[in-house]
Amino acid sequence: MAKVIGAVVVDKEACKGCSVCVEACPHDVLALHLEVNSKGYHYSYMQNPEACVGCANCGVVCPDTCITVYRAKAS
Amino acid sequence: MDIQDIIKPENLVYQKTKLLTDTPMHYCPGCSHGVVHKILAELIDEMGLQDKSIGVAPVGCAVFAYNYIDIDWQEAAHGRAPAVATGISRVNPDAFVFTYQGDGDLASIGAAEIMHACNRGENILVIFINNGIYGMTGGQMAPTTLEGMVTATTPNGRNVELNGYPMRITNLIAQLPGTSYVTRQSVHTAGGVRKCKKAVKKAIQNVLDKKGTSFVEVVSTCNSGWKLSPVASNKWMEENMIPYYPLGDMKDSVKGEHSEN
Repeated sequence: MAKVIGAVVVDKEACKGCSVCVEACPHDVLALHLEVNSKGYHYSYMQNPEACVGCANCGVVCPDTCITVYRAKAS
Repeated sequence: MDIQDIIKPENLVYQKTKLLTDTPMHYCPGCSHGVVHKILAELIDEMGLQDKSIGVAPVGCAVFAYNYIDIDWQEAAHGRAPAVATGISRVNPDAFVFTYQGDGDLASIGAAEIMHACNRGENILVIFINNGIYGMTGGQMAPTTLEGMVTATTPNGRNVELNGYPMRITNLIAQLPGTSYVTRQSVHTAGGVRKCKKAVKKAIQNVLDKKGTSFVEVVSTCNSGWKLSPVASNKWMEENMIPYYPLGDMKDSVKGEHSEN
């Protein structure tokens, strides 16, 4: 079990579904949702939340800055 | 641990900087412009320069840059951003003045302006987005378009006999004694973004220290113009653009010293 655990919050309406964050994630946490937002984009979401370590790579590469990253020590 | 227990203000590691406005960016999904805007906004915020920063927006996709970063901006005619920035920095010597230009703006119509602004060693930062294409007008050939690259105006690929060779304008600029820091970066990976941020931070510091012109080229993608998906265009850029436009610092000195290149 990882010593740290992270969480990603995606602003669904701001996401344009470019999937650059999906590629940047080293632990395959993110994926594009089957549903679309009001603009018709498949937004990014945490498909595999327990694998997230909060490295913030997704937030750093996001061109629309719609990702907020949190990280805590695993209890 | 439940996700709601992690999502607390004390655990925050990354969020949108307050200098980026809530206006949704008009850029296509996956466009490098958004990342470079973010790097600039984060650094201006971290270095406490919001009140003394003046940006000069170009003509090109980044023409609306003034809607996205909450600082003072001036719009310039096509290619003339370095000339406008010259005037602004000369009457406001304590301001941090930067231009933000694309390859059609900087390397083609504005080639004379950028050469002479850099040669005079104007105390400005130049951000140069090189995606090898005129993105806004529909993907026509730019001076930086690679040999054989298909664009709207070179449907059979760029022919160097007819159209000339792809221009490495950053290498030319590194030769000019007025420049202090000349570098080429990319923003297609998280590591690349972090490196680019370091380079831009150093360039901003050089401007504040009045060392001369700092020039940061960012090798970028234009997935709409290249007719590829954002992820595929990042890969294409890595395989084709970066071998021709290698990343790294080209010059790191002070104004008046000649480059080793």
